[in-house]
Amino acid sequence: MKISLEARPAPSRSAVVAAPLIATLATLCVGFVVFSALGKNPLVAFDAFFIAPIATRYGVAELLLKASPLMLIATGLAIGYRANVWNIGAEGQLTLGALAGGGVALAVGDAELSPALLLPTMFVAGAAAGMLWAAIPAWLRTRFNANEILTSLMLVYVATLLLSWLVHGPWRDPEGFNFPQSKMFGANAMLPIVLPETRLNAGLLVALAIVALAWLFVRRHIVGFEMRVAGLSPDAANYAGISWRRNIWLGMLAGGACAGLAGVSEAAGPIGQLLPSMSPGYGFAAIIVAFVGRLHPAGIALASLLMSLLYLGGESAQVNLALPSAVTGLFEGTLLFFLLAADVLVNYRPRLAQRV
Amino acid sequence: MNELAQVIVLTLAAGTPLVFAALGELVVEKSGVLNLGVEGMMLVGAIASFVVAAKTGAPWLGVGAGALAAAAVSLIFAVIVLTLRANQVATGLALSLFGIGLSAFIGRPYMSVVIEGIKPLAIPGLTTLPIVGKLVFGHNPLVYVSIALFVAVQVFLQRTRAGLVLRAVGESPQSAHAIGYPVIAIRYAAVLFGGACAGLAGAFLAIAYTPSWVEGMTAGRGWIALALVVFASWKPWRVMIGAYLFGSVTLAQFQAQAAGVDVAAQLLAMLPYVATIVVLAIISRDATTIRLNAPASLGRPYHPG
Amino acid sequence: MADTPERPRLSLRGITKRYPTVLANDGIDLDVMPGEIHAVLGENGAGKSTLMKIIYGIVEPDAGTIRWEGDVVHVGNPARARKLGIGMVFQHFSLFETLSVADNIRLALEPGQTKRLRRRIRDVSARYGLPLVPARRIHTMSVGERQRVEIVRCLLQDPRLLIMDEPTSVLTPQATLHLFDTLRALAQKGCSILYISHKLDEIRALCQRATVLRAGRVTGQCDPRRETTASLARMMIGGELPHPVHRAAQTGAPALRVDALDLRADDPFGTSLSGIAFDVREGEILGIAGVSGNGQKELLAALSGERPLARANAITLCGTPVASLDAFARRKLGLAFIPEDRLGRGAVPEMTLADNALLTARGDGNVVRGLIRGSAVATFTKRIIATFGVKASGPEAVARSLSGGNLQKFIVGREIGQRPKVLIAAQPTWGVDVGAAAQIRQALIDLRERGVAVLVVSEELDELIEICDRLAVMAQGRLSPPKPVRETSAEEIGLLMAAAASPHEAETPAAMET
Repeated sequence: MKISLEARPAPSRSAVVAAPLIATLATLCVGFVVFSALGKNPLVAFDAFFIAPIATRYGVAELLLKASPLMLIATGLAIGYRANVWNIGAEGQLTLGALAGGGVALAVGDAELSPALLLPTMFVAGAAAGMLWAAIPAWLRTRFNANEILTSLMLVYVATLLLSWLVHGPWRDPEGFNFPQSKMFGANAMLPIVLPETRLNAGLLVALAIVALAWLFVRRHIVGFEMRVAGLSPDAANYAGISWRRNIWLGMLAGGACAGLAGVSEAAGPIGQLLPSMSPGYGFAAIIVAFVGRLHPAGIALASLLMSLLYLGGESAQVNLALPSAVTGLFEGTLLFFLLAADVLVNYRPRLAQRV
Repeated sequence: MNELAQVIVLTLAAGTPLVFAALGELVVEKSGVLNLGVEGMMLVGAIASFVVAAKTGAPWLGVGAGALAAAAVSLIFAVIVLTLRANQVATGLALSLFGIGLSAFIGRPYMSVVIEGIKPLAIPGLTTLPIVGKLVFGHNPLVYVSIALFVAVQVFLQRTRAGLVLRAVGESPQSAHAIGYPVIAIRYAAVLFGGACAGLAGAFLAIAYTPSWVEGMTAGRGWIALALVVFASWKPWRVMIGAYLFGSVTLAQFQAQAAGVDVAAQLLAMLPYVATIVVLAIISRDATTIRLNAPASLGRPYHPG
Repeated sequence: MADTPERPRLSLRGITKRYPTVLANDGIDLDVMPGEIHAVLGENGAGKSTLMKIIYGIVEPDAGTIRWEGDVVHVGNPARARKLGIGMVFQHFSLFETLSVADNIRLALEPGQTKRLRRRIRDVSARYGLPLVPARRIHTMSVGERQRVEIVRCLLQDPRLLIMDEPTSVLTPQATLHLFDTLRALAQKGCSILYISHKLDEIRALCQRATVLRAGRVTGQCDPRRETTASLARMMIGGELPHPVHRAAQTGAPALRVDALDLRADDPFGTSLSGIAFDVREGEILGIAGVSGNGQKELLAALSGERPLARANAITLCGTPVASLDAFARRKLGLAFIPEDRLGRGAVPEMTLADNALLTARGDGNVVRGLIRGSAVATFTKRIIATFGVKASGPEAVARSLSGGNLQKFIVGREIGQRPKVLIAAQPTWGVDVGAAAQIRQALIDLRERGVAVLVVSEELDELIEICDRLAVMAQGRLSPPKPVRETSAEEIGLLMAAAASPHEAETPAAMET
């Protein structure tokens, strides 16, 4: 008697929705076990990790605040992933976006410039910088056939080092007591708060707008369809005359632009200046959000809330449970593993096979 | 001349983590599986080896623990990809993210712990010989292990029947299955071997190269190892050359700083990553060589029957 | 144990195998005597390949027994089958391209059996008139030569039963005759042969007994030497073999013209093209015959636009130079293409029929200002399904849930439904059941009557002779001058196929080198 996998004639729609739920549940179970193993009362830990962070109005605002860059980046990445274009360098593109937007803010400095003019300029600069950083792997792939996973990833390290050099050197705040940080941005370069007495800012609106646009593009536009074909079956795409080069450029640039926008959102939002680290790994967490969200805008929105909760939970666990905040990264990885495992149910049915 | 010998010793040491990781990944890819989780496995190997070495005071036990831990983590990847038939790229990325998170989590309490690492050989009478002494007898013991690994992998792939079967599986799993070979089992073995090697790479970093634990201490070497396998056109001797070339690039950055070159440390630190990109571009351009040397089924999903 | 004259060497009783979408084998009984050449006859999809995989141990049956030389056995895996004395030559070879002949053969033998392998390969291959060079790599060899490796690999193990799965689809007519001589010689020595095919003439020429399968069941047993092609066809498909209806057609101006086309193969394992020139006129069907691997793939890629060329007027479509345009641009100019791989190239397996219709029909009507018009696509899809009798639940059916024949009909319908001026079809009826195949051939002929220029590239010579007006032969990257079908014959075509072939692939043993 053994369990074998039998191929389904058609992908199971219900499994497509069920798999992320199964994965989430499984991750929570693992969380239970981990908390117990560390000698914490699992129910108390659960509450501290998953419930307490969002029990207040401020908590919910924080949830949305963290979810918006995740949602934004994941949407951009998903456009590429759907076409099998693997942009793994979103973290670096975010950094470049923050640098560009922040650079504009620092250049303007104290000058009297309306935020209505300044903020959009910063966003455009950020998106452009993110696209530029993503254009490098795109060019290397279309021109030299170099694997975009590795090239985009290498550029993450380069971007981080670039940021580090700038805030330690040329862009360091002369009145900053030698700390590696830039000057604070002027008030006209900061995103307006949308929920009073919280940190939730207009970046959320930018994210939601992008998600809506992406949804329209994927569902209704012929190019969105063509990219989906390319991801499912590259030979069929070639047969249909779909340009693989265009798909790579579009896939990479979409991710780069979104990551760049997210970088500006962080710089002009909760951070307010340039620091050696502009993101707690949003660029990588967004990859997981994209997968758990099934590369679908609605799923991505939900998954970004879940991931945001994991971040908040990690911070809360550090304060309330004396657990390392790295527990967030552990849960993220576990969630993705479970999702990929549960995904088998979409195309296969488990069967108890009798020996003949 | 003695300085040159010293530089060579340092270069080999700098390249050794890449040797371990890339040789392991080469074997995995020869079987047709692409495991992008090398960075994660290396970090798991590093922290596991460090913890065991710190707790037992026996660094070699730590090395073994590092290999085992990384292999265990690679088993998760194997189950999801080989038995549950998931996408290899996504699962490999998941493995890396998981490994990074797990190692950071476990490693928190060990950030400033000091251990007695594995030091380079110092054989009385031999190591002190001029030039030759350092070159032949002055390396870290794990460096010798890595060279032995190279020989073993080369012999295995080219001269043993098992190696031939592995290559056949990577070339065409359908044909191998039709002849009656257990493709999945063979791939499991390859993945576990790759995991153990990545674990050794991490253990070398944490116990021999810079005996300490720092979060993310592999600094992207796992990804560079992946690029190395492509650069080497899946040939073990080219892996060695590439690994030591990268070792020298890494070293160059420190030499330049020491020599007082007036470039910021961060900009110099970009060298290995930029070099990886350049190398990848150059080698990938030659589609014919790639087609002739890459295992034909690499990264493709395999469904028996 | 000596063979007693009455006892079968292989005996199957009640073999059953079920897959999620189909009952592949349903209670099959089969007996093969020692030294007998036994045909297993049936159209595509009848269950022949599944049955052979069960005998060779690749697949486990759900029910039934296998008796080998009197004893009940459980084969379980191919290594065990080989130990019993069963060898199999696969339809789609189980070879490793980058490895040598010797290594390929070594992999199929037990570790203890590989002493002096190279010498034994040379001896055995020469003895049976299938000479091989042990050090050669498979990717340098033609398809016919690769089959030799498969056969010699079996012969080196002194098989008592040899299973041949559709062996002649990759052979020229002359090479087929030579293969038959080899098989007869083997049978004389006492080896039993299971010969799987759907080619009735060959079975009548070669085999002593035939078991006929239809839809997974045995529907007949006979001595094919005493039957006619028509009676065999009746057993195989339950009716007459359908013949397409030809009506007189007017040929017009050349709609597709290829002029001095040279192309270096992308793939190091591919075939380069040299000096290809031909044209296809409105209202005619031109056929290109030839065994796969002689440049057809490269030619089709150049014609379809999957491989654009630098010299734009190497290929002209109704007067317009198109050779540097991509596939979609050519479609807009009136070209349609049915590729040889339906799942994964002609259609995306995971997508619905409606999406697959949109795959190539991305033109006006279905896409307006960049946006997809779902209702137009649905209407188009429903029309294809109705016109071609595609058995599917509707436009939302997923492509991979359709049978091979139905999916092929859908793809043919989709291409024809775009009202092309030129239609190119590659292996249009490969792996398709007889009914669907007849429908597809008729559809191509009907197109011709409407003044469309049709190009068919196929390995099935019979099919080409049946539907084409003119025929050319592709060999080693070169094309023979097209001739009217009436003025040529299967033998002549076969000679053309072999003429430009490599020195190792001549027709008689005497002409072969080692």
